[in-house]
Amino acid sequence: MRKILQGNEAIARGAWEAGVTVGCAYPGTPSSEILAELSHYPEVYTEWSPNEKIAVEVAHGASFAGGRAIACMKHVGLNVAADPLMTISYTGVKGGFVIVVADDPGQHSSQNEQDSRHWTRFGKIPMLEPADAQECSDFTRIAFDMSERFDTPVLLRSETRVSHCDSPVDLRERKESTVPKGLDKKDVPKMVMVPMYAKVRRVLVEERIGKLAAYADGEFPYNVMEINDPSVGFIASGVTYLHTREVFPQYSFLKLGMAWPLPKNLIAEFFNKVKKVIVVEELDPFFETEIRAMGFKVRHGKDLIPAIGELTPTIIEQSLSKVVTGKRVKLAKTQASLEELPKRPPNLCAGCSHRPLFVALKRLGLFVFGDIGCYGLGVSPPLSAMHASTCMGAGVGGAYGAGKVLGKEGLGKICAVLGDSTFLHSGIGPLMDTVYNGGYSTTIILDNRITAMTGQQEHPGTGFTIKGDPADLVNYEQLAKAVGVKHVRSVDPYNIKETMEVIREEVNRDESSVIITQNSPCMLLRRDKPRERFKYPTYRIDNDTCTGCKLCLNVNCPAISWVESEGTTGSGRKRKGTSFINRDQCVGCSVCYQVCEFQSILPNEQ
Amino acid sequence: MSSNGTTRNIFLSGVGGQGTILASNILGQVLLDAGYDVKKAEVHGMAQRGGDVTTHFRFGEKVYSPLIRQGDVDYLVSFELLEALRYMHWVKPEGKIILNNVSILPPAVNLGKMEYPKNVEKTFKKRFKENVWMVNGYEIAKRIGNVQVANVVLLGALSNFFPELTGNQWIEAIKSLLPSKLHDTNIKAFDEGRAAIIR
Repeated sequence: MRKILQGNEAIARGAWEAGVTVGCAYPGTPSSEILAELSHYPEVYTEWSPNEKIAVEVAHGASFAGGRAIACMKHVGLNVAADPLMTISYTGVKGGFVIVVADDPGQHSSQNEQDSRHWTRFGKIPMLEPADAQECSDFTRIAFDMSERFDTPVLLRSETRVSHCDSPVDLRERKESTVPKGLDKKDVPKMVMVPMYAKVRRVLVEERIGKLAAYADGEFPYNVMEINDPSVGFIASGVTYLHTREVFPQYSFLKLGMAWPLPKNLIAEFFNKVKKVIVVEELDPFFETEIRAMGFKVRHGKDLIPAIGELTPTIIEQSLSKVVTGKRVKLAKTQASLEELPKRPPNLCAGCSHRPLFVALKRLGLFVFGDIGCYGLGVSPPLSAMHASTCMGAGVGGAYGAGKVLGKEGLGKICAVLGDSTFLHSGIGPLMDTVYNGGYSTTIILDNRITAMTGQQEHPGTGFTIKGDPADLVNYEQLAKAVGVKHVRSVDPYNIKETMEVIREEVNRDESSVIITQNSPCMLLRRDKPRERFKYPTYRIDNDTCTGCKLCLNVNCPAISWVESEGTTGSGRKRKGTSFINRDQCVGCSVCYQVCEFQSILPNEQ
Repeated sequence: MSSNGTTRNIFLSGVGGQGTILASNILGQVLLDAGYDVKKAEVHGMAQRGGDVTTHFRFGEKVYSPLIRQGDVDYLVSFELLEALRYMHWVKPEGKIILNNVSILPPAVNLGKMEYPKNVEKTFKKRFKENVWMVNGYEIAKRIGNVQVANVVLLGALSNFFPELTGNQWIEAIKSLLPSKLHDTNIKAFDEGRAAIIR
């Protein structure tokens, strides 16, 4: 049977077909759909792990017990999981173990742009790079086989244009692994990585990479040479191969399905068969550097192809046409200048509980150490209420560290904000540090009851597992108290005045504190009926009294817009226009009503 | 310039929440069933929060890249007028354009800092002459009783450009992807969209 699948769905399908028994992940764009999809297969135990390090460790344990296991994450997630990754390279596996890492070239939804191919050489772990959904399925299956055969974890690298592209896939039946299940105490030298054993494994790791290189050269079926016009030969992998094949179909290709180790003999053969070799790769010159180091003359690569951002067919054509065909290709001109068109940045949803919280922080004039999640949108003007953001959990440590420099001068000026899922991912450690080492920062947990930005995934604070079964849930207040925080408060962010009072008290205190938002579920979380917490269904502008002061516009609600029309209020005050509330978008959260200083926003009873 | 004469390129643009993904899923199903190779590319994530969304959709005998080259779009289906203008230069000179007669104001316009572009249809007609069709997707969907099906209205309009596919093939694809309680309204939306433009 043939079905159109998204790349991520195809990875899940391939894993299921390969007999995977355990799947773990922390969600992150563009990888999130893999585990969500895998959770629908009843044969597989799946979980949203609190973070990527834990996901890899749980999957590693499953592998040691003889089950095939998969852990999935976005590129920055693998940074979190790097510690176990680098040593699992030494222990190897029992049941096949595949780690999926999905890059985000162009930073569609990420704080940085990393080329995860560097992990493969660094960790001495083989890496496969599928190009489309069919290959996502095929490469996942072969990755499990390679893992067991060579006693190694295998990295499967995807990226936005592989994970989020759909194409037809041949569906197969599930085949269970033949690895026996069970733990064996005789495996201590393989499983216990203390120096005396790890030094032995270190040698085996080098031997393994040699064996894998031979496999890449002679046996691995997805390093493929296509000799057409031999005047130009391209070396490429993944979706970049597809783009290049599309732009220059008449020339020759060496498509690498395995990013590392590289097939040296095949590369040598390719150089013999074609005249001019061009290495086309997105982001860093990974292949180019290696192939040059082998002594081959690469004619072009990063001298012409940008190393920053997404590499598209358009960019490949623009970069290479001159040296491949001798002719430049002209791009069509746009009539309207693109810069003149208003942009459409993402925004917090109408009614989102982060909006009133940020309004409160802005009014208090705090320097806000933010974090990774929807609340990152708090930085967007005109809300402009976030002043630092690095990675998951970094805001808590950042606010505490800044306080160490500012001393008493910083009291009342700093706070950290992060979401519930992010706090559980990596906020607990720095909170403990703040208490232990006498910091005074205030950590505000924006508890919207879900991992929101990545599309509504459960976590240990929601009360449900990935399969929707009820689960025990973390109590943030007890947790904060257990690490030693003496002042734990809760606020209803929709009451801006009271929220400001609580925050003002806590940030001025010369001791660490935690504030947890309540009554604040994500607007998209249907099971919590988010609209029912609001007293009125919608609000409206009183055109008679609206002075056109734009205070309500500055909360950056998608439901509120500006209507320009010179005139006067009912009482004769001059105005340049009025605000307007779109009733189809308003949910009645009352934030604009609370910020209006002229009582010009009125509730609609129905 | 098209390197592969048999591959055709459809570009969908709109705003998060307008249903471009379902529309492209239906397109994929009907063309796969008709024996074509298909590839489509979307960006998820931030886009769900009111940002702009695009889908690259390609079909033919054998499709390599999932991305369309700038200037290589055969059919632009825009769910929103500003989002059509943003991608005008992606369309081939002889490309066909379907515009949904809807304006969703972006923040800079809401705040009164920028103006929403005027006369989008006229701008397109100046360049693409008679190959531009304006469809009242939302009004039609509202009349049917569900504004959510505006996406399928637009799909119905687009279906006119593929005479090799029968209306029934499209309806089968719609049925295979949607729960049965939604069949009637979506089929109606498709039919109305198909009748909305006459070539």
